[in-house]
Amino acid sequence: MSARSPRAGTPRDEVYRSEAPQHSREGRYSMSKFADLTVPAPTPTGETQHFWDALEDGRFELPYCTRCETWFFYPRAMCPTCWREEWRWRPASGRGTVAGWSRVHRPGHPAWAAAAPYLLAVVVLDEGPRMLAHVLEGPAVPAVGSAVRVRPTAVGGHVIAAVAVEEAS
Amino acid sequence: MTRPPGTSRAAIIGVGELTPVRRTEGATTMGLLARAARLALDDAGLEPGDVDGLFMGPQVGETPQHVPATLAEYLGLAPRAANVVDLGGATGPGMIWRAAATIDAGMAETVLCLVGNHRNPEPVRSPNRNPIREFDVPHGASGANASYAFLKSAHMAAHGTADADYAQIAAISRAHAQDNPAAIFHGTPATLQDVLDSPYIAEPLHLLEIVMPVAGATAVVVVSPERAAALAADGRLPHPPVHLLGAGEKVTHRAMSQAPSLTSGPLRPAIAQAYAQAETGPGGLDVLSLYDCYTVVTALTLEDAGLCPPGGFARWFGERDVSHRGEVTYNPHGGQLGCGQADLAGGMSHAIEAVHQLRGTARGRQHHRADGRPSTALVTGNGATLSEAVALVLRGEGVTA
Repeated sequence: MSARSPRAGTPRDEVYRSEAPQHSREGRYSMSKFADLTVPAPTPTGETQHFWDALEDGRFELPYCTRCETWFFYPRAMCPTCWREEWRWRPASGRGTVAGWSRVHRPGHPAWAAAAPYLLAVVVLDEGPRMLAHVLEGPAVPAVGSAVRVRPTAVGGHVIAAVAVEEAS
Repeated sequence: MTRPPGTSRAAIIGVGELTPVRRTEGATTMGLLARAARLALDDAGLEPGDVDGLFMGPQVGETPQHVPATLAEYLGLAPRAANVVDLGGATGPGMIWRAAATIDAGMAETVLCLVGNHRNPEPVRSPNRNPIREFDVPHGASGANASYAFLKSAHMAAHGTADADYAQIAAISRAHAQDNPAAIFHGTPATLQDVLDSPYIAEPLHLLEIVMPVAGATAVVVVSPERAAALAADGRLPHPPVHLLGAGEKVTHRAMSQAPSLTSGPLRPAIAQAYAQAETGPGGLDVLSLYDCYTVVTALTLEDAGLCPPGGFARWFGERDVSHRGEVTYNPHGGQLGCGQADLAGGMSHAIEAVHQLRGTARGRQHHRADGRPSTALVTGNGATLSEAVALVLRGEGVTA
C-alpha cells in the first residue's frame, strides 16, 4: 500500500472545514440528532481503512486509477475498469449531484428510528463514481439534480461521508 | 442453449405453491420446500424417484454451506445435478433456464426447482460483511425500501409522472387479488386514494406501494420438450406442458448506489435476450407476469420490455383492461402487491401464475386469447435492488374457453 500516498502525505482539503454552524471539531460535523445514536458503524477492511481514516480527519479521498485515469468508489483491490492495481488515494472535490432521493420515515434498522424521518440520496460525484449518502438537514431540500457537497459527519462514534444540499446561488 | 430460436427449450410439467401466510411458528425452510415439492410432483404426475436434478434458493439462517446436500438428504433425493441459485427475487426464473440448460447438457432429466421461506417470530438479520454493509448501511440505508424510493424519485423526475400514476398499479394489483382466494389481500381491495393516503415508508414510496412480506414456498418441475411429449403421449401428464421459449439474465450491481442507472435496469437486456431466443417481442405477449415488489418496478419493467415508451406506463394501463378478461393481462393473480412476497420465492410465483394461465388451470381468473391460439407469457424476476434480472418467455399449447 506504500505506493498509494500514505495518509500523512495527503494534503488536507480546505473545502470541508469550518463552514457550517454544527462544526464541532476540525474538519468534522456533528448533528445533534445523531449524537446519541448507536447505529451500525462502518466495517473497514484492509482495502478501505484509509478512506475512513481520512474521513475522520475531515478529508474526502477516493481511489484514482493512474492507468486509465478514472476515479472509483468504493475502494477495492483493483480498478474495476482496467483490473490493474495502479491506483492511489487522491483528494476528491466532494461535489456531486443527486440522482435519486428518499425521506426515510420507517428505517430498515431499528437503531435509526430515533433519527427518522431523515434524508438519503444516491449522489453522482463530479469525479464520476456514485455513492449513497445521508443528506444533512438544511434550508435546501434535495431534488433530483440538486448540487450537494460532502460533509464528513460524526454519527455516534464514527464519521460518515454525509452530504449537504448546496443553496442555489 | 443450443436449440433453434422460437422452439421449446424445456417444458414445465408441474408446479406447486403453498398458500402464503403472514407468519409461521416453528417452521423450517426445508419443511416448506418439501411440501411445495410434493404439490409440484403430484401436479406433474411424477414420483420422488423420478427427480434427478435439484435447484434451490439460499437457506438464510439455516444452512450457510452444503445447501444442496442438506436439502437433498432432507427430501430423500440423490440428484445427479444439484446447486443453489442465489439471485434474490430472480432466483425462481433463474432456476428454470438453468434446469433447461442442465437437461440439454445431459446432466439430468427431471429437474425440481425449489424456493421459499418461513416467517418465524425470530427475524434473521443479515450477517453481511461486504461493501453494501460498509458503505451504505452506516448512512441509515438498511433494507430495500429506501433503494426503491431512490428509483421512484428518479423516475418521477425523469418523466414528470405523478404519485397517482404509480398508486394506480397497486390499486390494480389489489383488484386482481380479489380473483385469487390464495392472495394475502383477497377480501381487502384498495382504491387509488387508499394507496395515496397510506403513510410514507420511504418517501416518495407509500406503504401500499410496497409488498407485504409473507411466508411461502414454490416448486417447479422441468423436463425436456421431448420427454414432456412422451409423457403426454403415454397419458401420464395431468396437465398440458408449458414451454420455455426464451430466457435472459443480467446482473449489474448489488447496491442501488452502484447501479449504472436509476431509470432503466438489468431487465432491459434480459428481456431483449428472452425475446430474441423466443422470436417474439412486446406485441406477441398475452400474459404479463411481472415482478412487482414495488409499484415503480412495474413501471420500469413495462418500459424495459418495450410495452410502453419511457414514462408512458400510466397511459398504457389507462388504455386497456389488464384483468384476465382483457386482451393482454397483467398479473391476473394480483402479483406480489396483491398476493404478498414470500421473499426469494417472489419471482417463482410469477412463473407459476404464468404456467396456470398458459395451460388453463387459473381457476376463476383464466385468460383466453380471442382466437384460441396458444398464449405467450413474459415472466420477470428482480433480485436485490434492481440488481439481478431474469426474464422468461413461456408458451402454452392452447387453452379452449
